[in-house]
Amino acid sequence: MADTALDHLKANGRIVVVGASLAGLRGAETLREKGFKGSLTMIGDEPYEPYDRPPLSKQALLGMGTAEGTALPRRRDIDAEWRLGVAASGLDMAARRVKLADGDEVPYDRLLIATGVRARPWPNQAEGELDGVFVLRTRDDGVALARRLDAGPRRVLVIGAGFTGSEIASACRERGVEVTVAERADAPLVGALGGVIGAVAAELHRENGVDLRTGIMVTALEGDSTGRVRAAHFSDGTSLECDVVVVSLGAQRNTDWLAGSGLGAGPRGIACDAGCRAFDIRGIVTDDIFVAGDVARSPHPLFGYQFLSLEHWGNAVSQAETAAHNMLSESTDRRPHIWVPAFWSSQFGVSIKSVGVPSMGTEIMITQGSRAERRFTGVYGYQGRVIGAVTFDNSRWLQFYQQQIEATAPFPPPFPTVDRRPEGQKPLPADFPDPSVPTHGPTVTLSGYSPADRRLTFTPAGH
Amino acid sequence: MKQGILSDILDYSNRANPYPLYAELRKTPVFHDGDGPYVISTYHHIQSLLHDPRLSSEARNLAAGAGDPLAGAEDEGASALPPSFLKLDPPEHDRLRRMTNRPFGPPDSPHRVDDMRGFLHTTVTGLIDNLGDPERIDLVDQFAYPFPVTMICRLLGVPREDEARFHVWADTLAASLDPDPGADPKEREKTTHDARMELGMYLAGLIEERRKNPGEDMLSQLAVGHGQDETMSTMELLSTAALLLIAGHETTVNLITNGMLTLLRNPDVLRQLRETPALAVPLVEELLRFEPPVQLLPQRTPLADIEVGGVTIPKGSSMWLILASGNRDPDRFENPDRFDPYRKDIQHLGLGSGIHSCFGAPLARLEAQLALTELTRRLENPRLVEDPPPYRQNAVLRGPRHLRITCDGVRPS
Repeated sequence: MADTALDHLKANGRIVVVGASLAGLRGAETLREKGFKGSLTMIGDEPYEPYDRPPLSKQALLGMGTAEGTALPRRRDIDAEWRLGVAASGLDMAARRVKLADGDEVPYDRLLIATGVRARPWPNQAEGELDGVFVLRTRDDGVALARRLDAGPRRVLVIGAGFTGSEIASACRERGVEVTVAERADAPLVGALGGVIGAVAAELHRENGVDLRTGIMVTALEGDSTGRVRAAHFSDGTSLECDVVVVSLGAQRNTDWLAGSGLGAGPRGIACDAGCRAFDIRGIVTDDIFVAGDVARSPHPLFGYQFLSLEHWGNAVSQAETAAHNMLSESTDRRPHIWVPAFWSSQFGVSIKSVGVPSMGTEIMITQGSRAERRFTGVYGYQGRVIGAVTFDNSRWLQFYQQQIEATAPFPPPFPTVDRRPEGQKPLPADFPDPSVPTHGPTVTLSGYSPADRRLTFTPAGH
Repeated sequence: MKQGILSDILDYSNRANPYPLYAELRKTPVFHDGDGPYVISTYHHIQSLLHDPRLSSEARNLAAGAGDPLAGAEDEGASALPPSFLKLDPPEHDRLRRMTNRPFGPPDSPHRVDDMRGFLHTTVTGLIDNLGDPERIDLVDQFAYPFPVTMICRLLGVPREDEARFHVWADTLAASLDPDPGADPKEREKTTHDARMELGMYLAGLIEERRKNPGEDMLSQLAVGHGQDETMSTMELLSTAALLLIAGHETTVNLITNGMLTLLRNPDVLRQLRETPALAVPLVEELLRFEPPVQLLPQRTPLADIEVGGVTIPKGSSMWLILASGNRDPDRFENPDRFDPYRKDIQHLGLGSGIHSCFGAPLARLEAQLALTELTRRLENPRLVEDPPPYRQNAVLRGPRHLRITCDGVRPS
């Protein structure tokens, strides 16, 4: 076989992975599995080897298993140089070097960016630094919050009733801790699943003893003289005594370190093509920089080729595998990343799963089961086709609806099913909040057609 | 009504090896002839259909006269017992299965199956100790049948002295699942009906007794409820208990027997299992693919006209899903006719899939793993006396009636 540039890369190349979490690890493992023999560097800003995040808001808060015990299982040895506890601080695309916060620079032939997202902090920095105010994204966050819950707080306030906030509230109730949830929208989960399902989620909260307050904002957090949080103030003029506050306002993409690099990176993520190759700010695809996981936004054929950002565990794995494959492939051997969005949550004893992009849906039909029984399947429709589905304790049917989404099947579904109830005879408005109002709920974000976040001025060539 | 390849599959003379017929059938992934059932034989179609909410498992949704040679086998007993959750759709299916699961599996009873390990092991050891003349062993009668029967009776709380009566009822009801060309249908209906009646009467007495003196067994716990908001009616409890008993009687016996038969046909694998008992776990999965105890699911019907592989299957049609054929589909499994316990990609259909997937799967797996490990470890140089062995009549719950083997001796436990 001819000694191509690709062979050379595989044998002696330098690959750098920025981001040492799920996507970074699975990407690195796939590189080795595909025969990459060169040097591999893993850069991560946290001091820990890759760990799994979903348990941090579930088992770890219940004292079943610890936040420290969530190390990701390894598929294989990746023989990498680990640079943990030091963040990437910049990128020189021309020189092909990643700059590190400690001043070091790491050269690469191929770069995989999987820097993910971080918890959106409380906007008032001083209030956010009060003792007892937490966010939940990292293992350190999980350890700290679990310890505080162990100590038996009098009342926890969760700000934001998205999936993470709802799971935290659920864990509190399971432990018998009093909890208030404050949500700007009219119900929990509305950003991701709409108002019809949000109403079910609200009932779940209240039945389980959560003091759920919707249509309300937290305007200020108040500390005592020792700097511990003691109360929160709401937009309706009321206030609440609380000794733990969990700020659960969604995530921000970790792209700050790429500012000024020329890569198509911004608050909405790093734009890449279906083959995981990053775009530069001019909308031109790079050939040596690949993106995977929560930080990526890529065009999806099932959703009109809009750029899709997915904060989903399965997406991170799948996209990292595709990126790694493509990093070591000739252009004709590359594969597209066309994962159908899927996620799960577990709260108040109910398993919630979803496929597709419910938040694109304008209508919903409860095709199976009953909302009152908390066991049902809801199918989302958009412009006459099935675009998403959600199940509450009904996940064995989800595969069928995924196929419906993939086949762009008609909505409302024209066929009868088992377990069809009177409430499932016709579609309802899905009741998503106005997309122009910022929410922290959705874990799928459609972010338009432009690969680059910055506006470019188009200047026609002169004649 | 049975034509061509379907009648060949049901024909007893092909019982020992139906797999070439399945391969033939897969050339027409949705097979339909005359007024017979729609027969689905390829992996991906079966897998999809098992998760398809347009399919019903309830006999009442079958159109009158939908050509199913297996239909009516159990419905006739409807006057004796209502349908079990195997033959119900949600929400009734879900409700009954959920309640049945409470004393059996997680989250309410996460240790039930694991806690049976000791008793399983003692039972296996005792049965092997008593095999008698090592040159004349019938593995079915002496081991593969009594083992799971002892287990299911123990689990449900059926007194051991009643097992012989169960044997007769379970055999009759399992046979009713099978289209026996020779039998007089009227006669068979009556036999089946009587067996369900007698089983129901017996169980009713037992449940009555357990309600007064509840024990640790499942029947007691189902009878007294778990203090939850929903409980089973007595009739539902009878149907459920009958289902568990028959399923416990008639499936694992085939899994174990098929397993030993397959191991004796693959002496290399048998040796590897003896050397590495941990191989039993993937080996049983491969066995569920290679020789599944339930060959086909004959009781699905679409609630609307549906399209499968370009064929429209009309509402109310009878459908058969040939699990054993899907398991040998070369579009899904490499070298599907090779028994390979090291196979990595092993998402078989042997225990079904979707809401009706095998309820007793954790127990069946554990029983088969333990049985094959211990037989392999203790039988010295086991050989088949005849190959193929004689099979049961049943094409659905397919397995040898006898498995005569000989060996040089039985090692002490």
